[in-house]
Amino acid sequence: MATLQVELVAVERMIWSGEASMVIARTTEGELGVLPGHAPLLGELAPGGVVTIRTGSGDDLVVAAHGGFLSVTDRGVSILAETAEISTEIDVERAREALRRAESAGDDPEALAAGRRAQSRLRAAGETV
Amino acid sequence: MAASLRALRRRIRSTQSTKKIFSAQELIAGARIVRAQARVEASKPYAREITRVLSALASSASLDHPLLTEREKPKRAAVLVITSDRGFAGSYNVNVLRRTEELLSLLRQEGKDPLLYVVGRKGETYYSFRNRPMVRTFTGFSEQPGYVNAQEVGSVLIDAFTAGEDDEGDDPGADDVLGVDELHIVYTEFRSLLSQVPVAKRMAPLEVEEVEEFDYEREEREQGRGSDTGVPTSYEFEPSAEGLLDALLPKYVTTRIYAAMLEAAASESASRRRAMKSASDNAEELAKNLSRQANQARQAEITQEISEIVGGADALVSAGVDD
Repeated sequence: MATLQVELVAVERMIWSGEASMVIARTTEGELGVLPGHAPLLGELAPGGVVTIRTGSGDDLVVAAHGGFLSVTDRGVSILAETAEISTEIDVERAREALRRAESAGDDPEALAAGRRAQSRLRAAGETV
Repeated sequence: MAASLRALRRRIRSTQSTKKIFSAQELIAGARIVRAQARVEASKPYAREITRVLSALASSASLDHPLLTEREKPKRAAVLVITSDRGFAGSYNVNVLRRTEELLSLLRQEGKDPLLYVVGRKGETYYSFRNRPMVRTFTGFSEQPGYVNAQEVGSVLIDAFTAGEDDEGDDPGADDVLGVDELHIVYTEFRSLLSQVPVAKRMAPLEVEEVEEFDYEREEREQGRGSDTGVPTSYEFEPSAEGLLDALLPKYVTTRIYAAMLEAAASESASRRRAMKSASDNAEELAKNLSRQANQARQAEITQEISEIVGGADALVSAGVDD
């Protein structure tokens, strides 16, 4: 079976790279699934978004990606994010705390962005927000 | 004589204790370079990907984004200078600041007004001591810059640049904010452990053609594979290509600032290590010379005491003969 070569890179480091059978992401336009052989595509990920990478072994790798882009080429898929965290590395308590703080901080853009980041972390960790 | 011996011993002690400080600094800087280099390496995949995405966009979208277009009459130019927060780094800051002065006078010659944005406490003191106005200063992270710091600096600069779009000469235009028409950056490039060179680059308006080609892409092209040869891949865009460009370009600028900061941090540690190494070598040399002098002084003192005793005994003997 054909596989996708997936690279997940955050600004400060490469987070994950490997083979996958499918990538599910949400761009600003809507939910999107990428299978091997997908047409070349560039998309902006929705803020507070979650990307799911179905790896070759059939496991799902759920990632909270913030401020990112998705690029699909015939070489593979690369996901660029300003910050990204794999679900297993996410500290749910801290994310909740961050969300609470951001919500009580009101309307300034910094707090809104922090809130969205916290939301995407929680969603990636499988919590309901 | 005894007084000068005491003074010498005091100097030896103080030289030795400063030497300890120098060698500790040297060790710390040495460890920091390794970490800074690792961070430079770690940031490369993202830089590579964003450059590739941008080149793909550039070949498909019409490129009339404000960050890409040359302004007709550039009046003001922002200059971002990256210096260190702490001294003890040899000629590191002096070199960056000298390169900055060159750029400033060049900009003035071209009839542009340079505006200073300074990173690092050393640069800040340099300009405030000379009573030169600075628009913004950012301090406290020169040794270990994070992406958040680059974002902070980047958003300030991009805002200033966007505000400059509708300026007409000295008239702030519709948005009532006097912005800038060009963005420049001066930082120290880390070439190797022994050579760090201050460089000045223009960040905006950007030239996407300038995008560096990465080694592996060159390899691929030379081997005749890779999708970058000949026909450009036609992409689908979500949202539109223009929308993507809007979102991507500021991030690209920020990435470049971040990369510059990381290189500067590595250079700072490298030049600090070198400066501290020669300082501790010098301190050791000095301590050695001083202890030679101290030994000489001690010997001279002993010799003098002996000759005084001998002289005294002689005097007694001759007095005894008389007695």
